[in-house]
Amino acid sequence: MGTARRPAYALKDKYAIVGIGTTDYSANSGRTVRALAIEASANAIADAGLRPADIDGIVSYNFNDSAPAIAVATGLEIPNAGYAVDFLAGGNAANLIVLSAVAAIEAGLADTVVCYRAMNGRSGFRLGGGREFQALGPTQYTAPFGWITYPQAMAMWCRRYQIEYGLTPEQLGNVAVTLRENAVLNPRAMQRKPMTMDDYLASRPIVDPFRMFDICLETDGACAVVVTSAERARDLKQKPVYIMGGAYGGGPQQGDDLFDCIRWPDHSKNYSHYIADDLWRSAGVTPNDIDVAEIYDCFTYSILMQLEGLGFCGLGEAGNYIADGHIRRDGKLPVNTHGGLLSEGYIHGFNHVIEAVEQLRGQSGPRQIPNAEIALTTAGAMTCGSAMILRR
Amino acid sequence: MSLPEAYAKPVPVPDPDSAPFWAGCREQRLMIQHCDDCSRHQFPPSNICAHCGSGRLSWKQASGAGKVFSWIVVRHPVPKPVYVDDVPYVVALIELAEGVRMPSNIVGCAPEDVVADMPLKVAFKQVTEEVVLPLFEPA
Ligand SMILES: [Zn+2]
Repeated sequence: MGTARRPAYALKDKYAIVGIGTTDYSANSGRTVRALAIEASANAIADAGLRPADIDGIVSYNFNDSAPAIAVATGLEIPNAGYAVDFLAGGNAANLIVLSAVAAIEAGLADTVVCYRAMNGRSGFRLGGGREFQALGPTQYTAPFGWITYPQAMAMWCRRYQIEYGLTPEQLGNVAVTLRENAVLNPRAMQRKPMTMDDYLASRPIVDPFRMFDICLETDGACAVVVTSAERARDLKQKPVYIMGGAYGGGPQQGDDLFDCIRWPDHSKNYSHYIADDLWRSAGVTPNDIDVAEIYDCFTYSILMQLEGLGFCGLGEAGNYIADGHIRRDGKLPVNTHGGLLSEGYIHGFNHVIEAVEQLRGQSGPRQIPNAEIALTTAGAMTCGSAMILRR
Repeated sequence: MSLPEAYAKPVPVPDPDSAPFWAGCREQRLMIQHCDDCSRHQFPPSNICAHCGSGRLSWKQASGAGKVFSWIVVRHPVPKPVYVDDVPYVVALIELAEGVRMPSNIVGCAPEDVVADMPLKVAFKQVTEEVVLPLFEPA
């Protein structure tokens, strides 16, 4: 693993997620991204038992495919947002924006912050369907060769892992099948049709070594959470979910954009390998303490790298770890209890935060993991990313 | 060499950092940045050495030899109209003899025949009046 760079996290349990909100997830919302963002944020604020006037910070991330934080603050009639920030970032930022809300409150820039991700990811700007079709800046070295989409990018990582450690189609298929079993229990999931290994193996080849079911859904929708101090959280409607710790980062030679892995030294290890020490130290727990893990799964393979990078199993061991059933809901580490980005929907990883909070509140209905006390959320698949550890 | 009427694929837009690389391709020379301070190569090019931070960079002609570090076989064309006639095609990360990695296509063999560490050599292909791409084929 990497080397911890920072002093022990000073903010452990000082801040909490006190409200969550979503919209419906669909393939065609028929609504503006701004409307989706406002609905999810308003739901999160109401869930906390607060009014928009109680919110004084707002933060989000996007790829120029969302509504800016100030537009959403205006729509919500937040009277004075002392912290309004848009990160130009991919799913790697899903936890980073929550950590940045914590930092803003700690710094006195705000007291209570709403964090959201909203997107028309299927009917509007499609992250998976081809990036801007041009070859300048970092893409001048990739796009001219027909290397354009994120599935193509991550398949290149996965092939290298196969070369180093071996990886069978069935080992990837185990991830897709396991997550679908969870989605069947989740009324919010877009894909609830049961999937067998045969269904997985028969799914259309997209870019070797990936089939269709190795790739997450494209989704219209929004998610939001409200963050405030633990002190204030005690008076609110919901049981607080405390932020034990978190980390954001990557390794050396991250490249010039999220797609760029040309210089990345080892494609069997992603950002998670490099943030692991900081993450565990910040929260004062170890992988053995995690009851439920919501792990960024834009592709099946990204889960393998993160299980290894964060130390749930050794390097090269994730295929067998998963085949042994450990990530199933009755296994030692239930992963993506909502079905993940692969089967619930792709709100760019922010839906992982929602699911973790619901699990820790005991509000997950038929998919509830009994006595879930500590949850991991991760965000990102390639050279940079973020993670949090939450507790009830 | 006759060129297609309209080349529909993305063509590289050179910038001040990359212009010598693309100019080299037009002369069928694979040019790679070399750091005069730490003596390492880097790709993609930059105004600064990614290894030691030096700004003393020069351009050297690479041997054109490399090997397969990783590869994919694109079977579903995106965007469809542009790549529908090309699939399946191979994109590889190629480790050049100079120690840098470069993305390109592997041509001159079936996708099924590509294996890890397969030796490759550069083969230039003119695609428009202005643009020559460095492709790779089995050595
Ligand atoms: Zn140097």
